Amino acid sequence: MKLQEPRKPEEVLAQEYTAGFVTNIETESLPPGLSEEVVRKISELKSEPEWLTEWRVDAFHKWLEMEEPKWAHLEYPAIDFQKISYFARPKGEPPKSLDEVDPEILQTYEKLGIPLHEQKMLAGVVETETTPVAVDAVFDSVSIATTFKNTLREHGVIFCSFSEAVESHPDLLRQYLGKVVPIRDNFYSALNSAVFSDGSFVYIPKGVRCPMELSTYFRINAANTGQFERTLIIADEGSHVSYLEGCTAPMRDENQLHAAVVELIALDDAEIKYSTVQNWYPGDEHGRGGIYNFVTKRGMCRGARSHISWTQVETGSAITWKYPSVILRGDHSVGEFYSVALTNNHQQADTGTKMTHIGNNTKSTIISKGISAGKSSNAYRGLVRMNPGARNARNFTQCDSLLIGSECAAHTFPYIESKRRDSIVEHEATATRVSEDQMFLCQQRGIDPEKAVSMIVNGFCKEVFRTLPMEFAMEASKLLEVSLEGAVG
Amino acid sequence: MTLLDIVDLHISVEEREIIKGIDLQVEAGEIHAIMGPNGSGKSTLTNALAGQEGYQINHGSAHLEDKDLLELSVEERARAGLFLAFQYPVELPGVSNVEFLKTAVDSLRRANGLDDISTVNFMKELRQLVKKLDLDPEILKRGVNEGFSGGERKRNEIVQLLCLKPRVALLDETDSGLDIDALQTVARGIKEFRSPRTGIVLVTHYQRLLEFVQPDYVHVMLDGRLVRSGDASLALELEAKGYAWLEN
Ligand SMILES: Nc1ncnc2c1ncn2[C@@H]1O[C@H](COP(=O)(O)OP(=O)(O)OP(=O)(O)O)[C@@H](O)[C@H]1O
Ligand SMILES: [Mg+2]
Repeated sequence: MKLQEPRKPEEVLAQEYTAGFVTNIETESLPPGLSEEVVRKISELKSEPEWLTEWRVDAFHKWLEMEEPKWAHLEYPAIDFQKISYFARPKGEPPKSLDEVDPEILQTYEKLGIPLHEQKMLAGVVETETTPVAVDAVFDSVSIATTFKNTLREHGVIFCSFSEAVESHPDLLRQYLGKVVPIRDNFYSALNSAVFSDGSFVYIPKGVRCPMELSTYFRINAANTGQFERTLIIADEGSHVSYLEGCTAPMRDENQLHAAVVELIALDDAEIKYSTVQNWYPGDEHGRGGIYNFVTKRGMCRGARSHISWTQVETGSAITWKYPSVILRGDHSVGEFYSVALTNNHQQADTGTKMTHIGNNTKSTIISKGISAGKSSNAYRGLVRMNPGARNARNFTQCDSLLIGSECAAHTFPYIESKRRDSIVEHEATATRVSEDQMFLCQQRGIDPEKAVSMIVNGFCKEVFRTLPMEFAMEASKLLEVSLEGAVG
Repeated sequence: MTLLDIVDLHISVEEREIIKGIDLQVEAGEIHAIMGPNGSGKSTLTNALAGQEGYQINHGSAHLEDKDLLELSVEERARAGLFLAFQYPVELPGVSNVEFLKTAVDSLRRANGLDDISTVNFMKELRQLVKKLDLDPEILKRGVNEGFSGGERKRNEIVQLLCLKPRVALLDETDSGLDIDALQTVARGIKEFRSPRTGIVLVTHYQRLLEFVQPDYVHVMLDGRLVRSGDASLALELEAKGYAWLEN
């Protein structure tokens, strides 16, 4: 007699990575290895001024003295930093305009759904009634193109690649570079400071509301290279900007290192909203390959009433080590962290945030949603620190874990450091499972198990998705679906 | 026309036989009530028919019209026209009732080669249903059963029933835990579903509901068997005498 086939939620999970193709172009890269010479060479290749070269060299020497952090709940073989190439770019003269960009590269972005043609985008606006998004496209170590630069310039907004900013806005750069994330902050920030290649630079002048969403799209293509980008966003008094970041990489059997640094600075009454959809190649179902993602992101609420908000949707990478943080220095400043981290198969994530309250009446909110499936491990790590001088500081933390199947793990490491009586720190945590009863309910109503899991996971993430710009929220939700999609076992 | 045809069905759970040979034929237009003491196997029967995992079918057959239910997956049974109102409806946090029901309706429609339902028509109908079941329209935006009271959950099952329009409904104690007014509301919902095209299996402990929705047959389940069948008057007799007199 026939046994009824059970359908457990974990059986409907299988990663299908759609961004895993390789672009066939000629790449010129530095041979693997890291030394002062290599650092100087990178600076030379980028025709940098001397102050920046020396800054990098200084960082390199500091890095040599530092040790890899071992406190995270992650397991991976030691990284051989001499086996990595620290610079790769498409061969030939760098393109001066979009027309000069290698069609293969343009096609790559098209395949990934990233609009690089302003005209096409504008045409699309009429059809879909979506607002245009300005894009800076970073391919391996270099920025390929930045769109809508002219429109933005009319509003006084500077949005360009980091390399371009070195040339065109050296004063701003020198004033702020490494001020939020100092070279010595950690092992990976020191490494990044020595070898960073490209990234985006944003400056929003006083009182300006940036007229469109800004975004940077990072693509690792070359094999055996690391990506070390650097992003700096400065929101001057009373300004407002919403910035989006996306990342993908081809499927490769070896692990690749990505170690970025992002610094945000908000002056009086300024607001920065930074959203990430991280979809680096996660490795295959046996845990082979995938990106090692060691990222330092920090925002400084320097001015009174300033506001910095991080939203991240982390579905990719073999290893994620990432803690977008806010230093709340200005009185009445606000810091927020909204996170969805999904791990499947053998992925490992140790992610969270750090809220440092320095100013009076500062307020922070942390909402973290961790989803673990397969044999993966997902940890939330958060620190809320109320400095002795921070009067009436408040924090609310909620961290929820959702488990799919019985072989995965979820951990939470919430730390609170507060010596003040008048601060309010609230912490809530839950851990739940996608239950067989929930699956049964959905299927009994006619819904496919795949759809059921993604619906339940999406429901779990709702609070975070609400904070994403509309189009990104849809993309994120689709991405979850893809990450959870697959044949029923 | 026979909608649901169960022949000599034996079901065990964890190697223990719970359903020990059941025959039940539900013709189009009929309501069959199943009554019986706690633990006699009523939910086991309805859950297993819907295809919940963990139930082993040892013997017998179950067809919905010409479809062999036991060969189908849970969602295929639903798409064949089978609906189960749960004794204990679970929560789907963050999945709004609207999203859930729209997804369900579209899944059923797609299985029948139809296009997705237009959101406007769907919302119009859903709002009316919610009103009919005396539920706050705000409930539609909330997660499925998320923070719902026991009675609200039961009424929500009937909203789903009327929205999904199956051929055969298995209602497992949908009347339990309802206040006096809600019982009437649910009864109205069941009567609305009743038609010459549909069939209903109603599991209940109380004669009360049967006053509002007259069943064509009442069956008594004892220890995994239907030991007595009769018309609506059997329910009255049970109410008066309990189950002991049926054991022998
Ligand atoms: N998953 C299970 N594991 C172990 N035993 C089970 C399981 N499901 C049902 N049973 C057992 O099967 C028997 C019948 O249970 P069932 O839920 O079908 O009863 P019921 O008639 O619906 O009772 P009630 O009126 O209380 O709802 C009970 O003894 C119950 O403990
Ligand atoms: Mg029961």
